[in-house]
Amino acid sequence: MKALILLSSLGVISLLAELFSFKKLLYPLVLLGLIATFVFNICDWNATNNVFYKMLQFDNYAIAFSSVIIIIAFLWFLMAEGFFKEETNLTDHYALVLFALVGAVILTSYTNMAMLFLGIEILSIPMYILVGSSKNDLSSNEASFKYLIMGAFATGFLLFGIALIYGATGSFDLTEIKTAISSAGVTPQIFYVGMLLMLVGLSFKVSAVPFHFWAPDVYEGAPTVITAFMATIVKLAAFAAFLRLFDVTFYRVSGSWGLVVWMLAALTMLVGNITAVFQTRVKRMLAYSSVAHAGYMLLALLAANHYSNSAILFYGTAYSIGSIATFTIVSIVAGARGDDGIHSFNGLGKSNPMLAVVMTIALLSLAGIPPTAGFFAKYYIFTSSFIAGNVGLVLIAIIASLIGVYYYFRLIIAMYFKEGNHEAIPLDLNHKLLLIVTAIAILVLGICPDFIIRLL
Amino acid sequence: MNSAIQVIPLEWYLLLCTVLFTIGVLGVLFRRNAIIIFMSIELMLNAVNLLLVAFSSFLSDSKGQVFVFFIMAVAAAEVAVGLAILMMVYRNTNSSDINVLNKLKW
Repeated sequence: MKALILLSSLGVISLLAELFSFKKLLYPLVLLGLIATFVFNICDWNATNNVFYKMLQFDNYAIAFSSVIIIIAFLWFLMAEGFFKEETNLTDHYALVLFALVGAVILTSYTNMAMLFLGIEILSIPMYILVGSSKNDLSSNEASFKYLIMGAFATGFLLFGIALIYGATGSFDLTEIKTAISSAGVTPQIFYVGMLLMLVGLSFKVSAVPFHFWAPDVYEGAPTVITAFMATIVKLAAFAAFLRLFDVTFYRVSGSWGLVVWMLAALTMLVGNITAVFQTRVKRMLAYSSVAHAGYMLLALLAANHYSNSAILFYGTAYSIGSIATFTIVSIVAGARGDDGIHSFNGLGKSNPMLAVVMTIALLSLAGIPPTAGFFAKYYIFTSSFIAGNVGLVLIAIIASLIGVYYYFRLIIAMYFKEGNHEAIPLDLNHKLLLIVTAIAILVLGICPDFIIRLL
Repeated sequence: MNSAIQVIPLEWYLLLCTVLFTIGVLGVLFRRNAIIIFMSIELMLNAVNLLLVAFSSFLSDSKGQVFVFFIMAVAAAEVAVGLAILMMVYRNTNSSDINVLNKLKW
């Protein structure tokens, strides 16, 4: 609750910055604001708040996910300082990012379909604009346009699903819907149709195969910092929403959506990882890898046991931190060498040892190799899925991860074993700080993952 | 007013809305002009609005109609952003045909 108010007021303040000309102060102000938001957010731990006539509920689930989102947002701001310097209308960009964060927090805490819809839109509409923020770059234009069309298209499916579920149960409230479908009476057929349509809509948002086709294009065309935002915060928030809807509300009827999610998860892991192998540009490869990671998270969603909430929280955290680190390095290297092909990374181990080491740690984490956070993330996900009895799916997931190891290592090999440009790339203080923090976080989470797992 | 809506059985509303929604989906998938794609998306959203109003009336419950206002407001915001993005694309390409957007492919 406090997080929502603080983030919204930060957004409004950044809009006013242009008017009262304190643009220079805005960057530290936003960073401080995010720290304050984080502190106020965790103060509500264990105190479940129902606000806005039970439209939102700030329980531990919401607080855990929104705190992770705020931490990632803080790291993202460290990464994105350059993005805010270059622009003439930078206050708008601050405001758009902060309003998108408001949407993300709503998605973690909604208890009503109306808030689900509004959260998704508050998150998406600023993203459409931010994706197109390099106005004269045609691929940024194209990415923004595609994202808008696909986003609105997916929202259409989601809304049709919500309308059908409303028709079947007479309510938008998650608890009432849950009661309606668990009561003895027969649930009308349109409920199941509505549920599947909502599944389609949310699969678009988390870019699960076969609804992923927009994601690589949008991730590649968008400015790299915005790609990092989409791959981490947007995906995490969409998963928090997905989990809340399916594991909490539709759990009773999991028989009717289980098989569909099974197929989605298997396809997402396989197609994401296999297509990533054939990419020659690193940004696009990471885009496909992010599609594949959505598949692993679907695995825990399918398991729907007491384990899966914390498994997804941990996976989301590990994946987001790893992605922020890799996207930062990709933007630095692509900015300095003029291109994000894999060959740009040749010889990075000699010219910039720090970049190469952090990149290696982050890639190992994404690939799921111990002792990094990614290993335990995958371990928990696979365990939760195994307990739920989805042995076949776990096997597919392991095969998919092995394919993943191949393309992550291709980058590591390029950095250390290939001769390339020996000129060292200069680093900002912010970026140095960010890289050190993410590398330490990945290792710490990999060595003692307990404190996140015990949260939920 | 409720009785006027309820003259027609609920199934017919459901059928009409499904048909309208499908036309919208097909429009998004097959038309090549960006403006027409936007119109198709609006058609999808308005099919949902109609369905919500019909359900709301048949369930004698006002929540569905309130939801329609949310959808209308958000759809307006989305189209405002969408047309701005389309203007940006048009300035760079001088066309509103989506086939000119072909830089991103694998």
